[in-house]
Amino acid sequence: MSDLTAEGGKNTPSSPPLAGSGPAPGRGRRDWPLYEVFVRGKRGLNHVHVGSLHAPDDEMAVHAARDVYTRRNEGVSIWVVKAADITASSPDEKDPMFAPNGDKVYRHPTFYEIPENVPHM
Amino acid sequence: MTAAALDDVDLQAYFDATIAAGHRIEPRDWMPDGYRFGLIRQIAQHAHSEIIGMQPEGDWLLAAPSLRRKAILLAKVQDEAGHGMYLYSAAETLGADRADLTDKLIERRQKYSSIFNYPSLTYADVGVIGWLVDGAAICNQVPLCRSSYGPYARAMIRVCKEESFHQRQGYELLMTMMGGTDAQRAMVQDAVDRWWWPSLMMFGPPDDDSPNSAQSMAWGIKRHSNDELRQRYVDMSVPQAEFLGVTLPDPELSLDPETGHYRFGAIDWAEFQRVIGGHGPCNDERIARRRAARDDNAWVTEAATAYAEKYS
Ligand SMILES: [Fe+2]
Ligand SMILES: [Fe+2]
Repeated sequence: MSDLTAEGGKNTPSSPPLAGSGPAPGRGRRDWPLYEVFVRGKRGLNHVHVGSLHAPDDEMAVHAARDVYTRRNEGVSIWVVKAADITASSPDEKDPMFAPNGDKVYRHPTFYEIPENVPHM
Repeated sequence: MTAAALDDVDLQAYFDATIAAGHRIEPRDWMPDGYRFGLIRQIAQHAHSEIIGMQPEGDWLLAAPSLRRKAILLAKVQDEAGHGMYLYSAAETLGADRADLTDKLIERRQKYSSIFNYPSLTYADVGVIGWLVDGAAICNQVPLCRSSYGPYARAMIRVCKEESFHQRQGYELLMTMMGGTDAQRAMVQDAVDRWWWPSLMMFGPPDDDSPNSAQSMAWGIKRHSNDELRQRYVDMSVPQAEFLGVTLPDPELSLDPETGHYRFGAIDWAEFQRVIGGHGPCNDERIARRRAARDDNAWVTEAATAYAEKYS
C-alpha cells in the first residue's frame, strides 16, 4: 500500500511499525481494504468525510457505510473510496505547500480599502 | 524547509505548540510515540466497551415486552455497534489494525469498561442501563468531543448525539414502570440497587490512584479528572432519582450546603479491581460470546471475500 493514504490506514507517515498479533485467519476480513466514507448531508451540501470501514468490495462498502454512518437521515448520498487510492497533499498537515497563501493577502477582499459611502460594496 | 528536514526537536516543539494553542492533532502530523500509543490504548478500550456493551441489553431483545420497546432496544443496541465502529475507525488513523484490536480484546490483552461484566437480570435493567450507564458514559464522553486528537473528537461528537436518545429512552422506560404496579416499582428499585455503585466505578480509579491521568491531561486526550467527572455525575443523578421515586443505595448520600455538591459513600475499589482484573460475574461469558461472534461468523466474511475476488 502506498504511504499516501488518506485519513487513516496502516501507513500514516510518522507511525512506527506495529507488531501484529494472534493467529491470522485465512481469507477473512483481515484482508479487506480500508475505505474512506464521505456523506452528503443534504441536497446542496458537499460530501464530507465521516470515517472509514473495511469491506470486501465497493458495493459492500456502500452498504456498510449506510449502516454505520447514516442511521438517522444523516445523508442523501454516500461516496466510498479505497484509502489506498487517495493521494494526500503531504505527509504532514504543516507542509509548506500552503505557506505561499500567507503572503498573498491581496487575494482577500479585506485587502482593499473602499470608502464607507460607496454603496453595495 | 520541508517537514522531513525538521529534526525531532522541532517536531516536538511544533506538536507541543499545536496542543498548547488548543488546535487539533491530525493523523498525518508527527506525534510522540507515547501520545500515539496512549491514544490507541484509550480509543481501543473505548471501542471494546461499546462492542461488549451490546451484550447486557442484547440479552433482552427477544424478551422485550412490546413491539415498541423491541424496536427501541434494537435501535439502541445497533447504535452501540456503530459507536464501536466509529472508534475503531479513529484508532486505525493512528496505525492500529481493527482485526488486531479485536484479537487483543478476545485474548484479554486489552480492557473494556468494568460495567459490562454485570448481568442484566430483569427488563428494568434495560431502563437503568440507559439512564445510569449511558448517563455516566455521556459525562465521560462530552468532554472528549474536545479531545486534542481530531479523529477521536469527531467520533465522539457523533457518539454523543446518539447517546442522548439512549439515556432518554431508558429514563422513559423507568418512568413507565414506576407508574405501573408495586411489583414493577420493586423491579426498578432492585435494578437501581445493583447498578448504582458499578456506574460510579465507570469513571475509573480515584485521582490519587490514576497513573496515566496527568500525562493524558497534558496532552489534551483527557479533559477532566476521574473524581471531577464522578462528582458531576452524582450531582446530575440524584435529582433524577428523586423525580423517578427511587432510592439510590447509599445512606451517606447528602447535599453539602457549602459546596453545593452531593457527598457520597466510599466506593468498593477492591470490587472494581476484581472485575477489571477478569473476575466479575460475567467476564468469561462476555469474552466467550465475542469470540464466538468472530469465529462462528468467519464463514460469512470468507464468502464475501471469495465473491469479491470472483467478480471484481
Ligand atoms: Fe455508546
Ligand atoms: Fe449508549
